[in-house]
Amino acid sequence: MTTTDEIATATAAAPVPAAQEFFTPRGTGWRWVRELPLVPLAILVPFILIAILANFIAPYDPTEPIPGAKIFEPPFWMQGGSTRALLGTDFQARDVLSRLIFGARVSLIVGVVGTIVAGSLGTALGILSGYLGGWVDQLIMRVTDAWLALPALVFAIFLATVVGPSMWNIIIILGLVYWTRYTRVIRGEVLSLREREFVKLAEIAGGSRTRIILRHILPNVMNSAMVLASLTIGVVIIAEASLSFLGIGVPAPQPAWGSMLSDGRSMMMVGDWWLTVFPGLCILLVVLATQLLGDWLRVRLDPQLRNM
Amino acid sequence: MRQFIIRRTVYAIITLLILSLTIFLVVRLTGDPVTLLAEPGARPEDLARVRVEWGLDRPLPVQYLSFLENILTGKLGNSFNYEMPVSTLYFQRLPNSLELALAASLISFVIGIPAGLISAVRVNGAWDNFGKIVALLGLSVPGFWLGLVLILVFSVWLGWLPTSGQGDWCNLIMPALALGWYFAASLLRLTRSSMLEVLRSEYIKLARLKGLPGVVVIGMHAFKNALIPVITLAGVNLVIMVNAAVIIEVIFAWPGIGRLLYEGIFQRDFPLVQGIVLLAGMMIVAINLVIDIVYAWIDPRIRLAR
Repeated sequence: MTTTDEIATATAAAPVPAAQEFFTPRGTGWRWVRELPLVPLAILVPFILIAILANFIAPYDPTEPIPGAKIFEPPFWMQGGSTRALLGTDFQARDVLSRLIFGARVSLIVGVVGTIVAGSLGTALGILSGYLGGWVDQLIMRVTDAWLALPALVFAIFLATVVGPSMWNIIIILGLVYWTRYTRVIRGEVLSLREREFVKLAEIAGGSRTRIILRHILPNVMNSAMVLASLTIGVVIIAEASLSFLGIGVPAPQPAWGSMLSDGRSMMMVGDWWLTVFPGLCILLVVLATQLLGDWLRVRLDPQLRNM
Repeated sequence: MRQFIIRRTVYAIITLLILSLTIFLVVRLTGDPVTLLAEPGARPEDLARVRVEWGLDRPLPVQYLSFLENILTGKLGNSFNYEMPVSTLYFQRLPNSLELALAASLISFVIGIPAGLISAVRVNGAWDNFGKIVALLGLSVPGFWLGLVLILVFSVWLGWLPTSGQGDWCNLIMPALALGWYFAASLLRLTRSSMLEVLRSEYIKLARLKGLPGVVVIGMHAFKNALIPVITLAGVNLVIMVNAAVIIEVIFAWPGIGRLLYEGIFQRDFPLVQGIVLLAGMMIVAINLVIDIVYAWIDPRIRLAR
C-alpha cells in the first residue's frame, strides 16, 4: 500500500547476485550505476566546474562593457546578434554569458556556505536543546518558534535592510533565517536517541556530556542533517536570488542571477526575452538538481523521512 | 480545554516577545539605529534630534520597554515617505494583498489537492509520477521567474492579458498563478502523504472489508480526514502569501503589502520595513494560535496530550 513498505519488502526480497551477474543488466554493478543520481549530477557538476573555472571560461569581464558592442544585443542566432556575445548583451553592453558564468559562482557559494552556516547552527542548537533539556531546551525552542513565525523572505529582507548588502552578509543572513528548520528536526531525533541504550551506557560509563554529544549523538543525527541540507540548498539559492532581485542582495556590479533578472525586467516588456529567460533557467536547473539530489539522499540515508 | 487555551496563549505571547526582542536587538547590535531611523542624508544635529525623539539615548532595557509599549498601543512609527502611521498604511493595503492571496490559494487548491489525492490513490502509478514532477517543479521554479515568463508569453507575445496593475480577473490571473504555484506543490505533497497515512489506517481497512465501494471509502472516509492537515497548511499559507508576496507584487505592480515593503526597502524607509515585519509576525502567531485551539476543540487527543 505504501512506498515505504514496498521499498522495504523489495530490498529484503532482493537476492544476492552471483559474481558473473555483476555487470549484466540486472546485476549489482548496473544497479549501482542506475542508483547514482545521474540527472542531478549531470546538471550540478558542469555548474560547479563553471563556477570554479569562471575566470578561465568567461569570454569577458562580467562587470565591464564589451568594447565596441551595442547595448541589448540579442543572442547570436537572432537577427542583430553576433558570435562576439553569444547570449547577447545587457543594458551596459556587458556580456550576458560571462555574467551568467560568474553568477553561478555567487549562487553556488551562497547556496552551499549559507546552508552550511544554517545547518551547523541548527544542528548544534538542536542537539543542545534535545540533549540538555530543561531551561536550555525551553529557551532554544521558544526562540525557534519565534523565528519560524516570520516568513523566511520577510525576515531576510528585514535583516538585509539593517546590515546592508554584501555577499558575505547575505550568507550570514540566510544562515540565521534557515537554522530553525534543522533545530526542530534534530531536537526530535536527539530526544529519542537520548533514551537509547548505547547513550545510557555511555552515560553510566562516565562519559562527559561533550564526549557523548560528539561521539554518540552527533554521528547519529548527521544523516538527517545532510538530507535537510541538500533540500535547503535550493531554497537558499532562491532566497539569494530574491534578495538580489530586490536590490538588497549581492551589490552591483557583481553579477548575480537574481539581479540580472531584475535588470532585464523592463526590457522584457519590449520583447528582449533573453535577459530574463537565461538567468531564470540557470536558477531553475540548479535548484531542480539540488532537489533531486536531496530526494535521492533522503531515500538513501533516511527511510523515516521518505514520505516527508 | 480552558487550560489548553491559556497555555497556548501564553506560548504565543512568549513567541511575540522573543520576536519583538529579536527585531529590537538586531537593529541595535548591528550598528547605530539612528542612521536607520533618520532620513537618508540627515545632518548631525538632525541625528541628535532623532536620537532623543526615539529615546535612543536611554539604556537598552528602558528602550525595549517603551518599544513594547508602542507595539501594544499600535504605535509602530511613521513612514518617512508617506508621513503616515505604518499601521494605517498596512491596513490600507491589506485588502489588496488578501484579494491576491485568496486567488492564489484557490489556484493552489485546484492544482494541489486533486493531484495529491490521485497520487495517493494511484501510488507509484503514472498519475503519481506526474504529481511528483509537478511537486518538484513547484519547488524548483521560482515563483517570480514564473511570473516574468507568464508576462512574456501572455502579455508581450500573445497580448492576451494585461502586464500589471489591479483591475478585473484578467489582472489577477497571472500574479495569482505565479504566487500560488509554490503553494500548490506543497499542498500536493501534504495531501498525498496525509492521504497515504489515512488509507493505511484500520478504519479504512474496515470500511473496505464492509464492502463499501472504493469511491465511498476514498471520498467519504479517507479524504475527509486527510483534509484536516491540508486545511491547516492552507490557512498558514494564506497568511504567508498576504505578507510575503513581495516580488510577485513588485513584478505585477500589485498595490499590496509586499509592494509596500519593497517601497520601504527602496526608499530606505526603515520604520515602514520594521512595522510591516512586526505586523506580519503578529498575524502569523495569531493564526497559529487560532489553528491550535480549533484543533484541540475538534480533537480531544491534542488537548489532553502533555
